[in-house]
Amino acid sequence: MGPDNTIDTHTAPDAAPFPGTVVPTPGGGILVTALDDVLNWARLNSLWPLVFGTSCCAIEMMSTASAKYDWSRFGFEVARASPRQADVIIIAGTIVNKMAPVLKRLYDQMPEPKYVIAMGACATSGGPFFYNTYSVVKGADHVIPVDVYIAGCPPRPEALIHAMITLQEKIRSGGTREKITIEDIKR
Amino acid sequence: MIEEVGTTTEGDLIINVGPQHPSTHGVLHLVITLNGETVKNVEPRLGYIHRSIEKMCESLTYRQFIYVTSRMDYLSSHINNQACALVVEKALKIEVPERAQAIRVLMAELTRMASHLLWWGALGMDVGAFTPFFHAFRERELINDIMEETCGTRLTMNYMVPGGVMADLHPDFQKKVKEFITMFKSKIDEYDTLVTGNIIFQNRMKGVGYISGEDALSYGCTGPVLRASGVKCDIRKLAPYDGYDKLQFEEVIETGGDSYARYLVRMRELKQSLSIIEQLLDNIPEGDFQAKTKAVLKPPKGEFYTRVETARGELGVYVISEGGLTPYRIKFRSPGFSNLSALHHMTKGSKIGDLVATMGTLDLVIPDIDR
Repeated sequence: MGPDNTIDTHTAPDAAPFPGTVVPTPGGGILVTALDDVLNWARLNSLWPLVFGTSCCAIEMMSTASAKYDWSRFGFEVARASPRQADVIIIAGTIVNKMAPVLKRLYDQMPEPKYVIAMGACATSGGPFFYNTYSVVKGADHVIPVDVYIAGCPPRPEALIHAMITLQEKIRSGGTREKITIEDIKR
Repeated sequence: MIEEVGTTTEGDLIINVGPQHPSTHGVLHLVITLNGETVKNVEPRLGYIHRSIEKMCESLTYRQFIYVTSRMDYLSSHINNQACALVVEKALKIEVPERAQAIRVLMAELTRMASHLLWWGALGMDVGAFTPFFHAFRERELINDIMEETCGTRLTMNYMVPGGVMADLHPDFQKKVKEFITMFKSKIDEYDTLVTGNIIFQNRMKGVGYISGEDALSYGCTGPVLRASGVKCDIRKLAPYDGYDKLQFEEVIETGGDSYARYLVRMRELKQSLSIIEQLLDNIPEGDFQAKTKAVLKPPKGEFYTRVETARGELGVYVISEGGLTPYRIKFRSPGFSNLSALHHMTKGSKIGDLVATMGTLDLVIPDIDR
């Protein structure tokens, strides 16, 4: 109970509290919230990643999925093989010139709203393959827009989980590109 | 003959698998020609992760180029580094201290075990079982912890340098490895109960993806793929390096030639690697972990070649030196490339459902193939 006799759900010991305020009234309660917040809250709690690994970082992504790190604690465990069922694409590995059109097509095939995490130095900037190569794309953001970058070669599983939580925070605050507009709701 | 649309001139169906496909273990693109359910032709298309590592190496010094090779076959990164360190040592005639050799072998065998464990989990997923993945990663994380303590990273170690290893072993190394061995020994029988003895698994594996020793040899297959067809090809036995000749271990040979034989070879190799680690663990010689080398390495003019046994097979490093700071040309003979070339032979005439399982037993790492 808050000081003004309302239940403030933001103080509840929940990882992703419901965004809104419940005003108790006789025989029930009134929920005061914004529709944007509710939709974002629903989205951030079940992010389905696309199984997209090109190189070393994919192994750390597998480690994150395995029992010790267990990303299902945060709702990421439904890794999808098809981009049409995925919400977030984790670019785990180097993107080379031949792969870049494929990555773009995969991104285009994903339904809105979609989010992108660039995992590791290669996907962020080309990493160890920045100099002296003729075939590496110097950062996946040359191909598709990226929401969260992770440093490391390869990043630790904790770093990936941190990035996923950062993405959740970003979705919660409405900071992602696919901010819901009035037109979306009307549609 | 393949046309642009989905059928050939004979009316066979063409399916594209990859480059984004969960069973290709990376970004491999397979063009499969199907007659009904029967595979008529498999054509791998490469280059989706071609990072021009060989070209990069030409502009890096003899100390620097080793680190790029960790990213090549990232599941046996120690052994890749070892091969590169060995070729520089061969060119400069550097004597590696015994302690460094022992550390190298210990690390290489731990890497081999980690690689085989990951392969085992991934193969389980390829044939439709999800449980082995979690079992394999439980043990693999222990190896990663051991690596992390000594080398600083979990996957791309960059620990081998010309003349030895970069740093001495962590004080807890022996204790941790002993704990791992005790734990692993109680688990390895569990693997056999869970997967090897499973009748569904055996039906998916036995008699599938057969290749004779002669054919495998002519395709240039190495490692567990060739040994499963009954050919002796273990570089650790044929051309011992870093003191493998002083160790007692058995070269695992199976004669089945099918997917099940390839499976058994890797499972038995896990036990062999464990026995190598046990032999060395209490007998690590005292001394330096690195030989005294010059700050700038300049190998003499000439051509140098070394080969090592990675978890996938024979890795050859061929260096042409002009006597300068950087190599004139470096060529890697990667095991995955040759093993993949035999996929067409193994799967021709089999059913499409067996293709993924057969590919799983090849243990492909695509950045190793594309480089």
